Amino acid sequence: MIRIYVPKDSAARAVGADAVADAIVAEAAVRKIDFQLVRNGSRGLLWLEPFVEVETPKGRVAFAPVEAGDVKSLFESKFHEGGKHKLSLGVTEDLPYLKNQERLTFARCGVTDPLSVADYMSHGGFIGLKKALTMKGAEIVTEVTTSGLRGRGGAGFPTGIKWKTVHDAKADQKYVCCNADEGDSGTFADRMVMEGDPFMLIEGMTIAGIAVGATIGFIYIRSEYPDAIRAMKDAIRIATAAKWLGQNIQGSAHSFSLEVRRGAGAYICGEETAMLDSLEGKRGMVRPKPPIPALHGLFGKPTVINNVLSFAAVPYILAEGGKAYENYGMGRSRGTLPFQLAGNIKQGGLVEKAFGITLGQLINDFGGGTATGKPLRAVQVGGPLGAYLPASQLNLQMDYEAFAANGAMVGHGGVVVFDDSVDMAAQARFAMEFCAIESCGKCTPCRIGSTRGVEVIDKIVAGIARDENLMLLDDLCQTMTDGSLCAMGGLTPMPVQSAVMYFPEDFDRPAKMVVAE
Amino acid sequence: MSGKQPLIDGRATKPDAASVIAARYDNKPDALLEILHDLQHEAGHVPEASVPVLAKALNLSRAEVHGVVSFYHEFRRKPAGRHVVKVCRAEACQSMKGNELADAAQKSLKVKFGETTSDGAITLEAVYCLGLCATSPSLLVDERPMGRMTAQKFEALVKELAS
Repeated sequence: MIRIYVPKDSAARAVGADAVADAIVAEAAVRKIDFQLVRNGSRGLLWLEPFVEVETPKGRVAFAPVEAGDVKSLFESKFHEGGKHKLSLGVTEDLPYLKNQERLTFARCGVTDPLSVADYMSHGGFIGLKKALTMKGAEIVTEVTTSGLRGRGGAGFPTGIKWKTVHDAKADQKYVCCNADEGDSGTFADRMVMEGDPFMLIEGMTIAGIAVGATIGFIYIRSEYPDAIRAMKDAIRIATAAKWLGQNIQGSAHSFSLEVRRGAGAYICGEETAMLDSLEGKRGMVRPKPPIPALHGLFGKPTVINNVLSFAAVPYILAEGGKAYENYGMGRSRGTLPFQLAGNIKQGGLVEKAFGITLGQLINDFGGGTATGKPLRAVQVGGPLGAYLPASQLNLQMDYEAFAANGAMVGHGGVVVFDDSVDMAAQARFAMEFCAIESCGKCTPCRIGSTRGVEVIDKIVAGIARDENLMLLDDLCQTMTDGSLCAMGGLTPMPVQSAVMYFPEDFDRPAKMVVAE
Repeated sequence: MSGKQPLIDGRATKPDAASVIAARYDNKPDALLEILHDLQHEAGHVPEASVPVLAKALNLSRAEVHGVVSFYHEFRRKPAGRHVVKVCRAEACQSMKGNELADAAQKSLKVKFGETTSDGAITLEAVYCLGLCATSPSLLVDERPMGRMTAQKFEALVKELAS
């Protein structure tokens, strides 16, 4: 049977994958060609989407980027039998972009049918969970601790320590919550996991449940991700029917149920305590810590909260051993991180590499430089609360500590590239504006300071008492950093101050009219 | 938004729609966001009249329900157009002329973000990241993602949605 793969990932759909799939079905019907269409996840070469693949004796071969209008000529050149076409890219696995990666978490994404348990299992799925079912909770926690895995949401807290705290807590009910409120601009790895390999997240969360003694889990997915919500709901239903979720998983004594909860367009709910409030049906207000969620989390019970990528790393760690994962990486940043190359970049997509790769290698070797071909001027790493770095910082190694030492953060691994047309004063202003829009309002420096920040930057750009206002901006940033409970107010100064530090010329231009919004 | 615009809801719900949906979630207060999502899906928005209904069903105060409805950007308290177009305004899209797309969209539809066109066809909303950051600039039409957008493609989209 001929198998043709057309990704269903929303990034592929956004550039016409559905139309391509429809055209293939229609053209095959006309030609009376019998074939199976698989709507897989994305391989992560997003600049080449829609990325169509065909199974051949020498492996899967790729044709990309395909438009609906190309389908007829593809069939004419017998692409479904591996025939050559002007869009041929050869064997998918041999493409340097993929070959040069270290895909542990993303080993299956784009390869399998996301909702096929059989596909999942024939590609290493549920091996980790099967092992976990035979282990004591404390042994699982030890394995995760050995791996050196740190929270992939951005904070980088050691996952094993968090799990141990919940494991050791005594309570009648514990919870596992997955933070899938991937709101940082330039990040999409969580979305790709949920759409392209949802059973992996289910497996990781179930292992967490067994490890800490929790029987109920929630996945909090942002409402901006309708495809991911649908995929996760379908996957939970299918996994439950196959007894990989629910009562007595695979006939064992362990039970774990999962439910998807939708966010509602509030960036702050990506902050873990705000997410807990939102999961409880409340306004997403940040809670003070302590008490920490590991002891006093959802509904006041001990709760494991991890990002999608943290849970997604766990099946590999259980299957191959913590040591195998720990072998990757540098310093205290162990394992791999699925980096996301975004914005003004020629070859944007997902690149999973061990920590230690430099920012420049990511952007130039994988990304191929800017999309516009103009010189790179700034890179924002780690989302809207991450620093703007100049081209001179491209030698920075991707490592939590190395970034922190340079006043920046790795965050969730999102890399947004800007060419030389960027106005860094406008970007700094946007950082403050975004904080004003998205602040939960609990802390005054964040709630009010962000609005004042927009005004001060407007004055600086307009040339009104520039030096004094730059000092005032610095002072305001310090107040926000010191006086905010969470990263929203606490880190908004990072993009602002890095922009001022590295790109001072943008804040010192001839006065022009500035219209405040 | 001017008051004379004929905002078409088209999916008017019975007054007890909110309580029916709440019952579907066993009247659990922690499911409030899910309930509001379903209500907005069915009614096109969260009607003011549903606030006391939900408060009673979930054993919450009206202030608590109102607080949730007004906190989240996603919940709409006025009816929307037949289609909702959410244009990403975040950094990755900005790096690919997202601001120009946002300006062109507002100009083309003759509305500002948060408003509905006079014929009730399209509500334009700003959104901060759709996770389509390698195919920027991007937007979401109802639940259909669209990437590598240009002003021209936006014009074509508007024509398609109007027909």
